[in-house]
Amino acid sequence: MTMNPSMENNQVAVAVNDLEKKFGTFTAVNHINFEVKQGEIFGFLGPNGAGKSTTIRMLCGIYTPTSGSGTVGGFDIVKEQFKIKENIGYMSQKFSLYDDLTVEENIDFYSRIYNIPKNERKKRKDETIELAGIEDFRKSLTSTLSGGWKQRLALGCAIIHKPKIIFLDEPTSGVDPITRANFWDIINKMAAAGRTIFVTTHYMDEAENCNRLVMIYHGTMIAMGTPEEMKTKVMKSDILEIIMPHAENWLDKISQLSSIKETALFGINIHAVTDNAQKAIAELNGLFQSQSLSDYSVNKIKASLEDVFVSLIENYDAEHKEK
Amino acid sequence: MFERIKAIIIKEFKQVLRDPRMKSVILISPIIQIILFGYAANKDIDFIPTAIYDKDNTKESRQLLNQFTFSKYFVPKYYINSEAEEDFMLDKGAVSVVLRIDRGFGRNIKAGNDAAVQLALDGTDSNTAMTIAGYADSIMSAYQYDVLIKDVSALGISLSMPNVDLRQRAWFNENLISRNYYLPGVIASIITIMSLLLTAMAIVREKEIGTMEQLTVSPLRPLELIFGKLLPFGVIALAQTLLITILAILWFHLPFRGSLLLLLLGTCVYLFTTLGAGLLISTNSSTQQEAMMTVFLFYMPTLLLSGFAYPIANMPQVIQWLTVVNPMRYYLVIVRGIFLKGVGMDILWMQILPLLIIGLVMTSMSVLMFKKRLA
Repeated sequence: MTMNPSMENNQVAVAVNDLEKKFGTFTAVNHINFEVKQGEIFGFLGPNGAGKSTTIRMLCGIYTPTSGSGTVGGFDIVKEQFKIKENIGYMSQKFSLYDDLTVEENIDFYSRIYNIPKNERKKRKDETIELAGIEDFRKSLTSTLSGGWKQRLALGCAIIHKPKIIFLDEPTSGVDPITRANFWDIINKMAAAGRTIFVTTHYMDEAENCNRLVMIYHGTMIAMGTPEEMKTKVMKSDILEIIMPHAENWLDKISQLSSIKETALFGINIHAVTDNAQKAIAELNGLFQSQSLSDYSVNKIKASLEDVFVSLIENYDAEHKEK
Repeated sequence: MFERIKAIIIKEFKQVLRDPRMKSVILISPIIQIILFGYAANKDIDFIPTAIYDKDNTKESRQLLNQFTFSKYFVPKYYINSEAEEDFMLDKGAVSVVLRIDRGFGRNIKAGNDAAVQLALDGTDSNTAMTIAGYADSIMSAYQYDVLIKDVSALGISLSMPNVDLRQRAWFNENLISRNYYLPGVIASIITIMSLLLTAMAIVREKEIGTMEQLTVSPLRPLELIFGKLLPFGVIALAQTLLITILAILWFHLPFRGSLLLLLLGTCVYLFTTLGAGLLISTNSSTQQEAMMTVFLFYMPTLLLSGFAYPIANMPQVIQWLTVVNPMRYYLVIVRGIFLKGVGMDILWMQILPLLIIGLVMTSMSVLMFKKRLA
């Protein structure tokens, strides 16, 4: 992934400072800090319930933060919510279209909501239909569109006012891989045109597409950096991939080895996390030979984002159990 | 701002008019209701099913019975022969009245002695029973007068008695047709439930399908959304009012003496309160079922404490105070006043003013609640 040229001007699109949101006694977002530069694809990564949507909602002016501050496009997220709403695009996995309106009627509706000047509307409508690739379905009811088309139409409607900053809340959950790839093409093009994309996801392959990532868990930021930094700097341990028959039966024995920090099944293989790869490989060889197993292989592999994420979460859980 | 309100209005109209089920709910159901309820809303008591138990069976007893059956009130349905039957008829509800003439009635009349007739009434519905007793009373008085005149003339004396005649004249509903009184109320009740239901679904439906979330991140202000939703439903409800008013006039010959314009104005103000209430319910519900339940919980007291069926003046003082916040109470006075009395603004402003206040409170509350729900 290459950096977009517009990022070089280093303008801040989104900034949050010590942001917190509580619902009663439950802390959904726990004092987070980050900055998003203009033209960046900024990924917000975390499991369900981690606080991703709550954060986005505070940034979009739906929720008022319990404490802390933030700006979106230079506007204060507490005091200038309506200014923000005029200047951002927002789309969630729910595809907020009216099924009982036609494609054109949906576009017309959002044109009016976003106050597109009358002489601009036709052009924008054509652009939106082109983006969604549904030229033949202008007059069809939206309910008859397939998931991928609906998703792109929803995106088109959400950005009909050409916002500089676009928030996407799990935009691709529930759509097929081809549609997802297609959708990410659009995202990349928008970023290349200088727009800022703030996207939440729990798909690791999507996270790889982001310029920078924040990992969030239990409302707390547990890591921030480029995908590359995540895999090298954040993840200090090594990953060993163990390929063997009936790997699942060996999980317990392997995790009891002194050099292995944790183990997890990845498909039919085992990924073992260790701080000392050499020692771990020796221990594994010893274990397998003592059980007269020869049909196996152990390789040091590059950590995937998923490895990083799982490892960070387990560290977090371990730390918080001790307390 | 107007462009955004316009967006909502256009969308709402399109959605409502496109859905065939919704179209029939809006158009057909008020027609069916006004005709059905119009026929049902009749408290006139005539053609009372009567059982006759004539133990005397003389010329005199038959003469008395004729007086009863010639009136349009009592219709003999059964002639019975035992007391057991008398009980059975009333228990079963086959008749409302059993008229019993004991043996010796004719002999006593002829001898100039006291004679008794028994009227056994089904008193379950006390009002009806009292009215029937009243009818029977006046028939008996007429009979007694006839007997007296006959006796006296038999003696060869001509009798002149001073006669005090009570001349009754009913205003507004000259023939005292109860349907004329109830039909405007039926119109009001149909408009109430229809407008409540339509708006109660308005916001919660968008919450359910997820479009509300999109609207809340758009520059659309809560007040714009509320007005954009109120207006189309107001227009639809107004059209329904017009439709069922015309039907009531043509089908049931309901008199219409006031100004149609004033009726529409009063309805507009009333709709402001019911639509406001519907939106308030919608804002505070998370599912359409919940909204629907709440509408009925709201509708029942609104209807029963409005004076629709039970006069407010007869309610205990505390409940009378409660009715002050019931918008339907004021609207009923408006519709009845315009239909039957033909009264104008000079009298109706006293009803319109409280409606305006209630409507304003309801709508501001739903805007406030809507904002609060988002935070």
